[in-house]
Amino acid sequence: MVDALLRSVFEPGLFSSGPVHTAAIIGGIAAVVSGVVGTFTVMRGQSFAGHALSDVSAAGGSASFLLGISPLLGFVGMAGIAAGGMEMIGVQRARGRDLATGIVLGAGLGLAALLLYFDATFTSTTGAAITVLFGSMFAISSSTIPLVVAFSLVALGMILVVYRPLILSSVSTELAQVRGVRVRLTESIHLLTLALAVALSAMTIGAILSTALLIGPGAAALRVAHRPAWAIFSAALIGLGTTWGGILLAYDSYYWSSDHRGWPVSFFVVSLIFIAYLVSGRVGARSTHRAPKPLAIEEISSSPTQSTRS
Amino acid sequence: MFSGFMANTWIVATVVAAVAGVVGFFVVIRGSSFAAHALPLGAFPGAAAASLLGVNAIFGLVVFSAVGAIGIGQLSKRGKRDVATALILVVLLGLGALFLSMTSEYAPEIYSLLFGEVLGIAKDEVGPIIGLGVVAVLAIGLLYRPLMLSSISPELGEVQGISTSKMELCFLLVVALVTAMALPVVGALLVFSLMVGPPAAARAFTNRPQVAIVLSAAVALVTVWASIAISYESNWPVGFFVGGFGAGSYFIGRGWTWLSRAYATRADTAVELEHAA
Amino acid sequence: MIEGAYDLAEDKGEALAVEGVSVWLSGREILHDVSFSLHRGEFTGLIGSNGAGKTTLLRTILGMQVPTTGTVRIGGSPRGAHGAAVGYVPQKILLDPDIPLRSRDLVGLGFDGHRLGIPLRSKHRRILVEEMLEAVDASRFADSRVGTLSGGEQQRVLIAHALIRHPRLLLLDEPLANLDIRSEYEVVELLSRLAEEQGIGVLISAHDMNPLLSAMDRIVYIANGRAASGTTDEVVRTEVLSKLYGSHVDVIRIHDRILVAAGHEHDGLPAHTEPSVWAIGGRS
Repeated sequence: MVDALLRSVFEPGLFSSGPVHTAAIIGGIAAVVSGVVGTFTVMRGQSFAGHALSDVSAAGGSASFLLGISPLLGFVGMAGIAAGGMEMIGVQRARGRDLATGIVLGAGLGLAALLLYFDATFTSTTGAAITVLFGSMFAISSSTIPLVVAFSLVALGMILVVYRPLILSSVSTELAQVRGVRVRLTESIHLLTLALAVALSAMTIGAILSTALLIGPGAAALRVAHRPAWAIFSAALIGLGTTWGGILLAYDSYYWSSDHRGWPVSFFVVSLIFIAYLVSGRVGARSTHRAPKPLAIEEISSSPTQSTRS
Repeated sequence: MFSGFMANTWIVATVVAAVAGVVGFFVVIRGSSFAAHALPLGAFPGAAAASLLGVNAIFGLVVFSAVGAIGIGQLSKRGKRDVATALILVVLLGLGALFLSMTSEYAPEIYSLLFGEVLGIAKDEVGPIIGLGVVAVLAIGLLYRPLMLSSISPELGEVQGISTSKMELCFLLVVALVTAMALPVVGALLVFSLMVGPPAAARAFTNRPQVAIVLSAAVALVTVWASIAISYESNWPVGFFVGGFGAGSYFIGRGWTWLSRAYATRADTAVELEHAA
Repeated sequence: MIEGAYDLAEDKGEALAVEGVSVWLSGREILHDVSFSLHRGEFTGLIGSNGAGKTTLLRTILGMQVPTTGTVRIGGSPRGAHGAAVGYVPQKILLDPDIPLRSRDLVGLGFDGHRLGIPLRSKHRRILVEEMLEAVDASRFADSRVGTLSGGEQQRVLIAHALIRHPRLLLLDEPLANLDIRSEYEVVELLSRLAEEQGIGVLISAHDMNPLLSAMDRIVYIANGRAASGTTDEVVRTEVLSKLYGSHVDVIRIHDRILVAAGHEHDGLPAHTEPSVWAIGGRS
C-alpha cells in the first residue's frame, strides 16, 4: 500500500535519471544561495534590482554566444557591470531607486535585443531568447557542477564576511553608521554578491526561476521568522523544498498524459513558491500578536500608526 | 520608409509613444517602474495563450496584464510592494512557460513579442491599439487630481478621502492597458523603457506638472520616431534604440537638474554677497 | 480625567468635542476615557511623549480610527459626514524634490484633489490659492518646486493645503519635528495668527510643550493614554501630572521653560532605563 503510493509519487526512473540528478544538484545549490542572498534583498527592498540583474545577466549570456566566450563569463560579467551601473546611479538610496534600476534594466535589455539579433543573423541560433528567459533545467550539463559549486561558495563566503554589518545596515543605516559600519562598502558587497548569485541561477535555471527563488523564499521566511539567522535558514529550506518538489512534479507530469509531454519545471517551482508565500502570510499573521514583529519590516504604512513606547 | 505598408507602423507607434509618455509621468512620480516592467513581461505569455485558444493576441494581452495588475494590487495590501510585483511576475511567467510548452509557437515570434516588431503591424491591430490608447488617456484624465495627490503623498490623499490602495489598483489597470497596446509594437521587455525614460527627462525641465506630462509625451514621440527611423535604415532591432534613448533621456534629466541646482546655489550666494556689500 | 474649570466664551462656537473616547488596539488600551473640547479661534497643544497616544487621538478625531467607546463631535455635529470641516497636516511628509510640482499646485490640490478630472482654469480657484499662499506667507515661493523648499517653507505650504477648504478645525501632527528653532518659532506664530484671523480651532501635537508656551490658549496633556486639559497653569502642575502618570512627577519651571521630571520608575518605562530622572517636556 505505502509502496504503491510511493511508486505513484516517485515515478519509475526518477532516481536513476542523469538529467534529474544534475537538475536536483544544480537547482538545489541555486535555491540555497538564492534563499540566503534573497533574504537580504527582500529585507532591503531591492527585489527589483534582483530581478533586473537576472534579466540583464541573461543578456550577457546571449552575448557570450556571439563573442565565443564561456557563458558563465557572459552571465557573471554582465551582471557585474549592471550592478556597478546601479551602484553608480544611486540604487542604494531609497528615493529614486526604482527608477535607477529601471533605467539600467532598460539599457541592458536594449543591448540584449541587439545581441540576440546579431546571434540570430550571424550564428543563426534562434531560440536563445527563450532558453535564456525560461531556462531548461533538465538540459544542464553535469560538467558545470564544480564551477557552480565554486562560485556559490564564493557568494556564501562574501555574505558570511559582511553578515553582521549587513543586517545592521539593512535594519537602519543610521544605526550602522553610529556603530562605525562602512555602510557604502557593506552595501556594495551585498550588491556584488546579489549579482553573482543571480547570474549563477539565471545561467543554470533561467531568469524566471532566478527571480522566483531569490524573492519568494526570502519573503516567505521573513513573514514567519523573527530572527535573521532563522529567516535565512528557513529561506534556504523553502527554496530547496520548492525546487526539488518542482523537479519531482515536472518529472511526474511526463506520465500524466498519454502523449508524454511533460509540463515545465519552472511552472511547478513558481507555483510552489507562490503557495509558500501565501501560506506564510497566514502563519505570520497568526503569530504576530504574540511574538515581536517579524524582521520583515513591512512597508512603512502610508498613514501614521501607533508605535509602542520604546 | 514612408511607403504604404509603413503607414500603419507610424500611426500606431505615434499613439503608443504619446500614451506611454503620459502614463509614464505617473509611473515615475509614483516609483512604479518595477510594476511597469513586470506587467508587460508577465503579460506576454497572454499572446501565446490567445493563440492557443485561437483568439486575437491583444485580447490575451489585455486579460493577462489586467490579472497581473489586480494580483499586484491585492498582494501588496498585505506585504511589500516590490515582493508582490516580483511574485506576480514570476507566476505569470510560470504560466507562460506552461502555455509555451503547449503551443508550437516558434522562436522568432516569441523574439518579436519580447523585443518588438514595428514593421509588422497588421491592419486589424490598428483599431484596437488606438482604442486602448484613447481609453488609457481618458482614464488618466479622469483620475488626474486624486492620482496626482495620492502620488505626491499617500497621507495627504487619505486625508481627503482618497484610498491609497484603490488609487494604486486603478493606476496599475491603466498601466495594464498601455501594456496591452504597446507590447506588440515595442515588445514586452521595452514598453517600460518608453514609460520611464521620457518622463524622467521631462520632470527636470519644468516645475509644472501638466507641462511635464506634455513634455514627456513629446520626448517619447521623438524617441519612438527616431528609433523606428534608425531601425529601418540599419535593420537593427527597435528595442535597442528605445532602451538606449530611454537611458539617454534619464541622464539628460539628471544632468540638467544638477546644473540648474548648482546654478541656483551660485545665484543665491551672489545675492547674499550683494546684500552683504 | 481632569477637566479644567476654564472655558472660553460660548459664542465663539465649538470646533471639536471629544467625549469619553477609549481606543483598544490589538488587546491594548491606547486611549482611556479622553475628553476635552476646543473652540474656534483657539490654539491648543496636544502634548505627550512618543507612544503616549497622540497620533491615535488625532486619527480618531479624523475618523481614520474608530473609537471603542465615546464620541467625537466636529463643529457641533457628530463625526462622519464632516467633509471639509477638518484640515490635517500629517506627520513627516516628505515631498520628493524630483516631482515637478509648484507650491501653488499643491495648495490647489488641497482645494479639489478629491475630485475627478483635470483642474480647469478658474478665476475662483486661482484667487483662492493666491489668498491662501498669502495667508501663510508663502507667496514668495509660490512658483518654486515644493520638494526643494526648506522644512519650514514646506510646512507653510502644507498648512495652506489643509486650510484652503476653510475647515473649522485644523489638526497638525508633530509639525515642529525636524525644524530649526527659527522656523519652529515662525510656524507657531503663523498658526496662532491663523487661529485668530480665520476663526478656526487649531490642535497641534508635540512632544515638547516649550516652543508652544507663548501661543497656546489651552493644553491637552496626554500620558499613558489618559488626558488632562485646561490652561497650561491648570494642567502642568505636579498634582495633575502625577495623577496622569500614576506616579510622582515634578514640574520644574526654569526661566520661561517647563521641565517635567519623574523621580521614580513607573510601569510605562522599560526596566533597564538607567537614569532615574527623565524629562518629558524637556527638549532631548
